[in-house]
Amino acid sequence: MMSSIIERNRYLILRRTIQTGLLILFGGANWWGWKLLQGNYSSAYVLESFYLTDPHAVLQTFATGFIMSSDAIIGGIIVLIFYALIAGRSFCSWVCPVNMVTDLSTWMRKKWKITQKEYFISLNRKTRYWVLGLGILLSPIVGVAAFEMINPITMLHRGIIFGFGAGWAIIIALFLFDLLVVEYGWCGHLCPLGAFYSVTSRFSLIKVKHDVEKCTMCMKCFDVCHEKQVLNLIGEKSGYIVGECSNCGRCIEVCNDSALKYAIYNYKNQEVQR
Amino acid sequence: MAAKQNMNSRRDALKTLFRGAGLLSLGGAVWGSTAVTLKASELTLRPPGALDEYHFVKACIRCGTCVEACPYDTLQLATLDDHTAIGTPFFKPRLIPCYMCTDVPCVPVCPSGALDVKKIAKQNDGVKTGKPDINKAKMGVAMLDQEACLAYWGIQCDACYRACPLFGEAITLEFKRNERTGKHAFLKPVVHRDICTGCGLCEHACVTEKAAIFVLPRSVATGKVGAHYIKGWDKDDEERLRNLKEKKTEESSPEDELNDWEYLLDDE
Ligand code: SF4
Ligand code: SF4
Ligand code: SF4
Repeated sequence: MMSSIIERNRYLILRRTIQTGLLILFGGANWWGWKLLQGNYSSAYVLESFYLTDPHAVLQTFATGFIMSSDAIIGGIIVLIFYALIAGRSFCSWVCPVNMVTDLSTWMRKKWKITQKEYFISLNRKTRYWVLGLGILLSPIVGVAAFEMINPITMLHRGIIFGFGAGWAIIIALFLFDLLVVEYGWCGHLCPLGAFYSVTSRFSLIKVKHDVEKCTMCMKCFDVCHEKQVLNLIGEKSGYIVGECSNCGRCIEVCNDSALKYAIYNYKNQEVQR
Repeated sequence: MAAKQNMNSRRDALKTLFRGAGLLSLGGAVWGSTAVTLKASELTLRPPGALDEYHFVKACIRCGTCVEACPYDTLQLATLDDHTAIGTPFFKPRLIPCYMCTDVPCVPVCPSGALDVKKIAKQNDGVKTGKPDINKAKMGVAMLDQEACLAYWGIQCDACYRACPLFGEAITLEFKRNERTGKHAFLKPVVHRDICTGCGLCEHACVTEKAAIFVLPRSVATGKVGAHYIKGWDKDDEERLRNLKEKKTEESSPEDELNDWEYLLDDE
């Protein structure tokens, strides 16, 4: 029984371990002077030797007309290449701390049986691409990286490491928005960073693969997926899940028929292989 | 029939387009004005070596590496309620001043270039080296409120004078006879703005309830005379005028208003 629960949540457990583990490492740098990971997700100083930088923030800064030091730019390129070539949009479900907040909203929605997907306002899932574009466009106009001025991701991350101030109110607002207003509202509709990684990691190596012959059309994967539109090939044809998939692996865990699994993207043959 | 449908769908498409454009401008206006309001931070003291405020808020990626590098917990990252660009580092000297570490650990770790060693580079015979010199920092400038300063009352207090790391240079004491008592002296602290780094040790040390000496950003606390005032008694400043003229005649624009300045040199 116990082992089957773990089995059914293996990636979830791994994700939460990585997410909180990174938070502890970052926090430890500020609280106890650890040197492994200093800074935060905007830019992390790794082992006092190099930086890993948020490429989206570098892009916005670039848009303001300021050329950052090479430390930050190189750090941004490393991160961009890592997600674009290898890991896909996995920042969102394996690293980002907001994911834990919005997943909590989703969980409470299920628990309290809040079935209405949209209440009061309706949002298109493509909105995030407009937010992404608008943020870049606004940056030179307002003379500062526009999204970084309101970014709840870094607000939460900084809050945990350096203290929240009044910032926790924003996080509560975001939580309630996802809980009461729009299902998957932030991560699935609005977040420009998710949009950024969705665009840049279209051809990443690690993807979830569907095997239509094993699929019994139980639709369990649709229940758990926070980007249901990417599952359009389920039961239709074999192939890779692309688009806004964040490689969270929830669908793999719930599939009782082994019709979904992590796989290496095959650039030449995108549909047939087992 | 088909044509009519076509018209309708075209009208719908236009409608969607306009609505989209409207929503986008609405979002842009709200977002943009929020960002502009939130970044207004005239009264913020930045870490040593910081670019000027205009460039600093662009450059800083808000990583907090400088904050973690500071051994005195001087620096903090702005939260929503700190009235400055969120996530950027600043300090409040009355709480914790900058202790002016000789190795300046906060500056070289900055990945973005928002804190720039070049701004505080140590000079060797006038040539800038790659090493930081904290005495070159210009985080702000100490301002003194003479009404609230005990020393200006005639009471002996040299707390700021003694706290200043640039002892005897950034603050000196001015001796004046106290006419009221007829037998005491005033020991008035005077800040020398060209030397003061804005570290705030004086503000931290000040004994009054609310500090009588306090650091303000230079952009706020500095006036500007304007280029058309020339110090006639200062050879270098006079040179400035000549250089200006020469450049203009080269460009040969006779009506140039700068020619009006010639009378300034007449009495020579
Ligand atoms: S010079 Fe030293 S005390 Fe001052 S801000 Fe930098 S690290 Fe902190
Ligand atoms: S280290 Fe540089 S980029 Fe990071 S918070 Fe400090 S000033 Fe900003
Ligand atoms: S006058 Fe005050 S702010 Fe200026 S260097 Fe001295 S102690 Fe620091």
